[in-house]
Amino acid sequence: MENSALLYIYLFILASFIGFELINKVPPTLHTPLMSGANAISGITLVGAILILDQSSSDLNSILGLAAVVLATVNVVGGFMVTDRMLQMFRQTNKNE
Amino acid sequence: MIETLFDNDLITPISYIGSTVLFILGLKLLGSPVTARKGNLLASVAMLVAVLTTLIDKTSISLNLILTGVLIGSVIGAILARMVKMTAMPQLVAAFNGFGGAASAFIAISQYFYYSSADESTIPITIVISIMLGSIIGLITFSGSMIAFGKLQDILPGQPIKLPFQNSVSTILVLVTLSLAMYLVGVDLDTNIFILFIILSLLLGILLVNPIGGADMPVVISLLNSYSGLAAAAAGFVVGNIILIVAGALVGAAGLILTQIMTRAMHRSIWNVIFGTFGGSADSQANTGDSIGERPVRRGEVDDIAMMLSYAKTIVIVPGYGLAVAQAQHQIREISDLLEKRGAEIKYAIHPVAGRMPGHMNVLLAEADVPYTKLYDLDEINESFSSTEVAIVVGANDVTNPAARDEPTSPIYGMPILNVDQAKQVVVIKRSLSPGFAGIDNDLFYAQNTTMLFADAKVAITELSRAIQES
Repeated sequence: MENSALLYIYLFILASFIGFELINKVPPTLHTPLMSGANAISGITLVGAILILDQSSSDLNSILGLAAVVLATVNVVGGFMVTDRMLQMFRQTNKNE
Repeated sequence: MIETLFDNDLITPISYIGSTVLFILGLKLLGSPVTARKGNLLASVAMLVAVLTTLIDKTSISLNLILTGVLIGSVIGAILARMVKMTAMPQLVAAFNGFGGAASAFIAISQYFYYSSADESTIPITIVISIMLGSIIGLITFSGSMIAFGKLQDILPGQPIKLPFQNSVSTILVLVTLSLAMYLVGVDLDTNIFILFIILSLLLGILLVNPIGGADMPVVISLLNSYSGLAAAAAGFVVGNIILIVAGALVGAAGLILTQIMTRAMHRSIWNVIFGTFGGSADSQANTGDSIGERPVRRGEVDDIAMMLSYAKTIVIVPGYGLAVAQAQHQIREISDLLEKRGAEIKYAIHPVAGRMPGHMNVLLAEADVPYTKLYDLDEINESFSSTEVAIVVGANDVTNPAARDEPTSPIYGMPILNVDQAKQVVVIKRSLSPGFAGIDNDLFYAQNTTMLFADAKVAITELSRAIQES
């Protein structure tokens, strides 16, 4: 168990560095879509919500699990869709040109 | 062969690796305007892979319940994403942030009750620490995002709400909350203590965002975005799931970078945003307050300014927060189309903190069909102001104040600004001479080459367009 905790910390640090490198040079034009896209990715907590709902042992756990699934799904689906809607509007030239 | 793969549980780790790679590629592609849409699509595929893998891996007894939850969430999410106005994007992101944070907190809280009902000696301390981290970060994200939502939606007052002894109260609250967590980790899983810990965590989120004003919202939203990623990562530690940790860490880092970009654009530190209010002491505000309105300004008439614009060959438009408030982005696009037809070259100068969240102004102008190739960043545009005939400032203030560049005594000295004052002619469209968020006077308004047009942005630009058409 302690070993897997260390592995998790290791992964967390490496992934953070990748995150820093990926985002560092993004042009300001994309900051809002980037943020809402990243926000949708943080909805990955949906996977955790599914896991706890599956093993739930009491009513309280089931309620918390179901609420987590609903909220995380709103985050994921809404986040990706609204990001796509925004990015659709970005164009290089006027459409009437 | 496939049978054994399933038996060995290899399918799940391999799918998770694939999902991780897709998340990273997606984030990378999100970094360029040409590929961003593809990047978003890749990230959503990554999410789908991760969720389906989890559903298949756990031959679930509660599959129906899970699918019901996913269906409800999808419908709500899709409706919100379709209905939202682009001006309301910061609120929506704040709300989604809060939902993600709450979901992560619920996971941690649910696991607390799962473990505390079991035999305590079997709980690894790493799990208990993860539960505390997941709860506190998730709950702060939730309550903080809800306050941010309220402020952005104008349900709560936008001005900073500073309670007496705010900073000391916050500090004590942080210490008490942390001691409760340490008691739970080190001594005993006492449910009453845990519930108190939950309440205090929620309170911390409120106290974190409440004192922060509208102008600082881009910083707060970025910070909360980072927290929602960290909360997901903490939930990953709780349930022992690698994909949560990796994706959560990616988002945490991305949010932190944006926070840093925003604070740099305001020339402030994150501590200053959270613990201080802008403009420094009350004295300096009182001093500048006296002088406002006493210095002479040149007022312009619509027809004269329309004439000036009609003959200009190079024009830079500087949109600010006020433009977003007046929702005049479509009118701005119309007038620039008009001027372009007359042969003028139009550029837009976008300060990093224009709008209410990072990059917000770019989205608003994109919605009004302004091509992003005409939008210029601070560094790109500042050299060209000296060769610009007319600069039009609409609803921007502090980010054009030359004092930030020239006067070391100014409270905003050092903040990167747009060098609007270097243009041959400057037109400022503004409701009044009232100071911006920094609470200080703007020398630009009194400069020789500046003409003020006192009006609502939308009305003024519509009238200008009409006058140009008639001329």
